[in-house]
Amino acid sequence: MFYDPRISLGMLFTLVGTVLTAFGLATRSNPDVYAKSMGIDANLWWGLVLLVFGILVLTLGRRGQMKQENIEK
Amino acid sequence: MQNLAAPSLAAPDSLILLIYGFFMLTAGFSLKPAMTSSRQFMQAGRVMPGWLCGLAMLGASLGSQELLGMGAAGARYGMVSVAFFALGSIPAMLFAGLYLMPVFYGSNSLADSSAQKPGAVAARSIPEYLGLRFDRKTRALNAVMFAAMSAFGAGIALYAMGRVFVALHVFDQVANTLNLPPTGTLLLAMALPAALVLVYVLLGGLGAAMYNQALQFCLIIAGLLPMVLLGLKRIGGWSGLKATVPANSLHPGTHPMGAGVVVLAVGAGFVLGGATWCTDFRLLQAAMAAKNVEAARRAPIIAAALRVFVVIVLILPGLIAVGLPTPHTSIVIHNDNGVIYHEITVVPPAVEAGSGLVPAKADTDGKPVMGSGGHAVLDYAMATPNMLLQFLPAGLLGLGLTVLLACLMGGVAASVTSFSTVFTCDIFQAFLAKNAADKYMLAMARWATVGGVLLAFGAAYAAMCFNSLLDAILLVFAVVNAPLFAVLLLGAFWRRATGHGAFAGLIAGAAAAVLHQGLSLPRDERPGIQGGWIAVLHHPASDLALGLGTAMLAFLVSLLVAAAVSLFTKAAQAEELNGLVFSLSARPTAIGRWWKRPEAEAAAILLAAIAVSLIFI
Repeated sequence: MFYDPRISLGMLFTLVGTVLTAFGLATRSNPDVYAKSMGIDANLWWGLVLLVFGILVLTLGRRGQMKQENIEK
Repeated sequence: MQNLAAPSLAAPDSLILLIYGFFMLTAGFSLKPAMTSSRQFMQAGRVMPGWLCGLAMLGASLGSQELLGMGAAGARYGMVSVAFFALGSIPAMLFAGLYLMPVFYGSNSLADSSAQKPGAVAARSIPEYLGLRFDRKTRALNAVMFAAMSAFGAGIALYAMGRVFVALHVFDQVANTLNLPPTGTLLLAMALPAALVLVYVLLGGLGAAMYNQALQFCLIIAGLLPMVLLGLKRIGGWSGLKATVPANSLHPGTHPMGAGVVVLAVGAGFVLGGATWCTDFRLLQAAMAAKNVEAARRAPIIAAALRVFVVIVLILPGLIAVGLPTPHTSIVIHNDNGVIYHEITVVPPAVEAGSGLVPAKADTDGKPVMGSGGHAVLDYAMATPNMLLQFLPAGLLGLGLTVLLACLMGGVAASVTSFSTVFTCDIFQAFLAKNAADKYMLAMARWATVGGVLLAFGAAYAAMCFNSLLDAILLVFAVVNAPLFAVLLLGAFWRRATGHGAFAGLIAGAAAAVLHQGLSLPRDERPGIQGGWIAVLHHPASDLALGLGTAMLAFLVSLLVAAAVSLFTKAAQAEELNGLVFSLSARPTAIGRWWKRPEAEAAAILLAAIAVSLIFI
């Protein structure tokens, strides 16, 4: 009925992390994009952090969902 | 409103905004099949785990005014605002979790029916609790006041963030394709978030709102932390930050807040914090949807533990913003292979008159507004949004703007769901259709959601026409929540408190708040909605001092009147109060070792909050 909220949370951050990492990789050699962030490729680094966080939460959420479904059975 | 540079949204920015929009609506669509009864819709079935309730409470408490306001406070009052926001709320949150939630939550009649005592019924809302504990007139009075406050608050939130979206040109692309006039862009910036909130709340009720508030909390950290880290690096780390903050805002004794440290501590910590975290149904509804009383107690405690981080992440942008150099119109000449380039950076006059990244307020010609002291009046609310533009590259900027949008919608959704619940339970069912079948209750709750969003949009439109309504929000809070806090405290802990007493207390407190506001005027202000519209008898040091004073007076008057009237009226029998006062409620039995109990957690969180505040003072 009410699904484990960590699933949508994990999926959102996995997706956002992927987008940021991909964009960060694509623009890595373009200093104009990172003038604001003092030359740091903030997209790449923060994207990776969010990707790891997203996958972690997603795994926990799927485990929780399976546990809940087993109880309901 | 002036901003530093008009951003154009790059493809990844828009993509991140769209991903967020998709997941936000998903919460509504995936919970739609579960919305079979009014209990599911208004109370999320009372099946939520404690951690989700805690995150949802925190998300609900971080609406647009809070997000912009904390950055503004950092810019305006300096480091002491960390102590103000942390110590002003955390003790109240812990108190709510330890002592008030068992009373408000009552018993979860479906989940633990074995534990249910005869006569113990669970309130679905704070007005309903007042009805059970006191009487019908107290319930009706509070229901009407609360409904008005939540709709008005949601409208002000829409307007406050709509202005920022217009200044940041977030909706310009959409508005241009629709050929909208300038005011149309603001209307669009207010209508679009309101419509999205309406869709997901109609589909998924309180549950969808809570899922999105939990999401919102995670987004705040994910979206604003990189900006804070980059800002700190730019300003030279912690020592650099301390060096740039003006000396007077580092010392609480001389800071321009002017309220005096004692008044500040007592007023903010006790009345404002308590009236928010122990009283406001917009936040408490999340904890009251918990699966059992243990989870309901844990929710505010979890929220308190995370609140310390949120306060730091939201206030530091304001501190950094004033510490950075103010942008000026400049001409840089450089020679490239014999060709001379003149690079001219034009900065609007209102931005130049500002302090750091905080611009001055601009009049209709774009000139800075001057205050009576000859200084430009600063638009502190732009501190955090301007920091986003300054430090986040394309990509992360999209995530930062998502945070602004998520905070706006989380706050509005909390107002709308609580409006719907209070209207349906405490006005429709209590007075209009006493024996309405649950089918009609569910339909009514949905219609009340639509009504709540429409009222909020109306309030936002009114605020757009009369800007000063923005300042009325503290007064509304003092009129509605501060007296209610006094009455709830008496009701939950003093068996002798009676219905007549509570009713008189609510009215006297509200009247005292209105009178105090009408008779005092902050320095440097003209009489109006900021105060002094009856006659000016005294001058508090700032609008914040006036707001604190009004709330404290309303609380004290309400407490005294309610107690006095209670002593002269007939007390309720002990049996009638079963489960409704703390001394007669089922005490949660202590499970586990002492360090695993909520009391121990609460003590640890309080110590941590004090330690963090001391670092910042």
